[in-house]
Amino acid sequence: MAVPFMAAILLAMRLDRGPIRTAADATRPGFTLRDATAQAGIHFVHKRPSFDQKIAGVEPHVAALGAAVSVADFDGDDWPDLYFTNSRFGEPNALYRNKGDGTFEDVAAAAGLADLNRPGLGVSMGAVWGDMDGDGREDVLVYRYGYLSLFRNVDGHRFEDVTERAGLHRWVNSNGAIWLDYDRDGKLDLYVTAYFRDIDLWHLTTTRIMHKSFEYADNGGKNLLFHNLGGGKFEDVTDRMGVGSTRWTLAAASADLDGDGWPEIYLANDYGPEELYHNEQGKRFTLVTAGLEAESKSGMSVTLGDAFNRGRLDAYVTNISERGYIFQNNNLRVNELRESRRFRNVAEGAVADAGWAWGAQFGDLNNDGANELFVANGFISADRNQSYWYAMSKIAGANARFFEDASTWPAFGNASLSGYERSRVYLNRGVAGWVDVADRVGVNDLYDGRAVAMADLSNRGAVDVIVANQNQPAILYRDQPDSTNHWIEFKLVGTRSNRSAIGAEVTIEAGDLVQRRVVDGGSGFASQNDRRPHFGLGKREWVDRVTVEWPSGARQVISRPPTDRIMTITEPVR
Amino acid sequence: MSDATPATGLATASPNPVSRLWQRTSRIDPRYLIAGLVTLVLVVAQLRYHMFGGYTRLVLALGVCMATEAALSWFDRGRVVNLQSAYISGISLTLLTKPQGGALWPFVIGGFLAISSKYVLRYREQHLWNPTNFAISALLLAAPSKVAVLSHQFGNDLVTNLVIWTFGLIIAKRVGVLHITLTYLASFLVLNGLRALALGQPLFPELAPVTGPMYQLFVFFMITDPRTVVKGRRKQMIVAALIALTETVFRLLSDRGVPMPIAFSADPALLSLAIVGPIAKWLDLRRTPARAGTPS
Repeated sequence: MAVPFMAAILLAMRLDRGPIRTAADATRPGFTLRDATAQAGIHFVHKRPSFDQKIAGVEPHVAALGAAVSVADFDGDDWPDLYFTNSRFGEPNALYRNKGDGTFEDVAAAAGLADLNRPGLGVSMGAVWGDMDGDGREDVLVYRYGYLSLFRNVDGHRFEDVTERAGLHRWVNSNGAIWLDYDRDGKLDLYVTAYFRDIDLWHLTTTRIMHKSFEYADNGGKNLLFHNLGGGKFEDVTDRMGVGSTRWTLAAASADLDGDGWPEIYLANDYGPEELYHNEQGKRFTLVTAGLEAESKSGMSVTLGDAFNRGRLDAYVTNISERGYIFQNNNLRVNELRESRRFRNVAEGAVADAGWAWGAQFGDLNNDGANELFVANGFISADRNQSYWYAMSKIAGANARFFEDASTWPAFGNASLSGYERSRVYLNRGVAGWVDVADRVGVNDLYDGRAVAMADLSNRGAVDVIVANQNQPAILYRDQPDSTNHWIEFKLVGTRSNRSAIGAEVTIEAGDLVQRRVVDGGSGFASQNDRRPHFGLGKREWVDRVTVEWPSGARQVISRPPTDRIMTITEPVR
Repeated sequence: MSDATPATGLATASPNPVSRLWQRTSRIDPRYLIAGLVTLVLVVAQLRYHMFGGYTRLVLALGVCMATEAALSWFDRGRVVNLQSAYISGISLTLLTKPQGGALWPFVIGGFLAISSKYVLRYREQHLWNPTNFAISALLLAAPSKVAVLSHQFGNDLVTNLVIWTFGLIIAKRVGVLHITLTYLASFLVLNGLRALALGQPLFPELAPVTGPMYQLFVFFMITDPRTVVKGRRKQMIVAALIALTETVFRLLSDRGVPMPIAFSADPALLSLAIVGPIAKWLDLRRTPARAGTPS
């Protein structure tokens, strides 16, 4: 009996090092990601905020968010530009105009989008772009720990603050916002997520500001839905539409997930289960379980993508894992709403454990026709020799009512908490699974990654990756995919739908390849991708058919479009 | 064994419903009470908080525990023993084991280790480790990159906690191990309170762990395991206090950042029992005249 007993222990020790056989092959990933930040002239360094001294003991934790990046062609020159937010009073946000030669210049000050972090106003936590007034220019909403600010794009160079006029002068401690057209009236509506409730973090009257549970907290701020009335005005319809979750939402994403033509809202909540709000034909949203209630974790971000080439948008939600302490595991939820009204979580192995994972995005980095996943990691990198995990372990499993009061938390000091973690790049090997190739393709930074955005910055059919790091420099990874693979990209222009085409879904069919993408109105964590859906085709030289499902409900089919180029598709007027 | 008693007979014997219930439970085999309590915890944990993360885990852990028990007892003694103990181990493993990703092997290996430890790690025909405690401690030490222990809460609603604590304490009293539970709890609170004072740390975080479900399973099912506790009420209380003391030492070492396997920082209670419990049992058995004993 002793022999199998010892063998079991030895087997456990062996399995601790990883699977005995890995089905997915990590060799020849078919792309590299080269750090081109300095070469591109991007020198943005995020600065974290400081808050009321009453919560100084937990400030590293409370102030650990705010590094955000969003992609928008704000000047309409067809080159995607980048907007980074900063989170300390006096520190400017940066708007990097893409010069089209591989370099960027910061024009935030001239555009009026730099000096947005001021006492009384709050500090930026992110931004989301969309043509909210249908004038053909991308406007931007900046969300803060503080007041929302909506900036109208005046002429492709300058922005004017139209927050008051729009009816959006609201204090929201927000880490995310998305544009969507939930009622399909052709105007972009706005969903803003809230984290802390509506307190002024610089002038606290109480230290009872934290979550009241580590798994079931619902004492966060209230998410808000604003209906676009036209004429640059918005109306708060949160209660009427039933979407005012108070679950400490960190991220939201939207798409027509069940194929009924109306966009749902998917939420990643910290200290609680994910939530899916089903759109009842634009009249109301209903919170549906969809299998999401089965696991209460710490949702940090949500991104939507066709993970298995089924022509469906699946969801990837990041969570927290730390060796020895906790394995919450990321969720890769296969969309089976049409069959069973549920998502099925298939995350396992490497793709489930990325450390303390933050922003993530799907993108076909090698243009082989299957989506890779880029995941940013790491929470607080301070003293390498001190970890807060031991302190966290004492309170995380306890009755957290004690810890709603920030003053009862063990002081952070200069401790790290899941610091110095590397990003993961998961190569999609289809049925063989996902394998981390970060080191192999050149991603080895140890920054505290937060927002991840993807964009074809050079209009060459390659998906570059931009990462905003907390309290640290941003990174631009230039993608170099296998040059023998083909690709196709689409610039969509809405007519009946919103001009940005946000929410439009594109499906390509090329031989045995079927893949779907949604035009991004904000996803991941505090990020927004290039609005131009990109598809890798592998060795396939042509696409049989492209189907665009516009937010208006219009369906447009294009046969045999040219490949290896960016194709503009305008929505039929009638 | 039947635990059913005609209600009319009980009503005649005692008019007080609480007394009636108490009398009724006194006729139930303690193992059924413990199995009932662990089942209650499992049901509450799953129905209210979806805590164990998939029925496959439950089926695997229960299946492996019970199959291993059946096979080894037949091999060892020529008959299959009562599987109650395996049932409790399977459920405890399901609740406590939190693997990386969707890994299922920790439930298989853990179940096998839990039960086989009773047949391999024996002294004078008695096993020394609480089976679940051994299995989880072994997994934490052997595979810290793949296995962690339950860190969830039973929510924060006091009702759920109250139900579990109330039933737990009543059953501990009925099984005759309440003094062990209370000694451990008192020792934990005093020692860690003193530790917080000595280190100048806030008190709440140091006392907070004991409010979590991992500790509820620990105080009701592990340190009170009738098969692995020492004989004698006083000695049982001393051992319970020693377990709390050892745990406090591990916490002090963690406070000081002393390098040691991560399990000693993350799960000091489980590791303390895994060290103190068998030593105490071994010493107890050494001082007791040898007699035939059987694991079950």
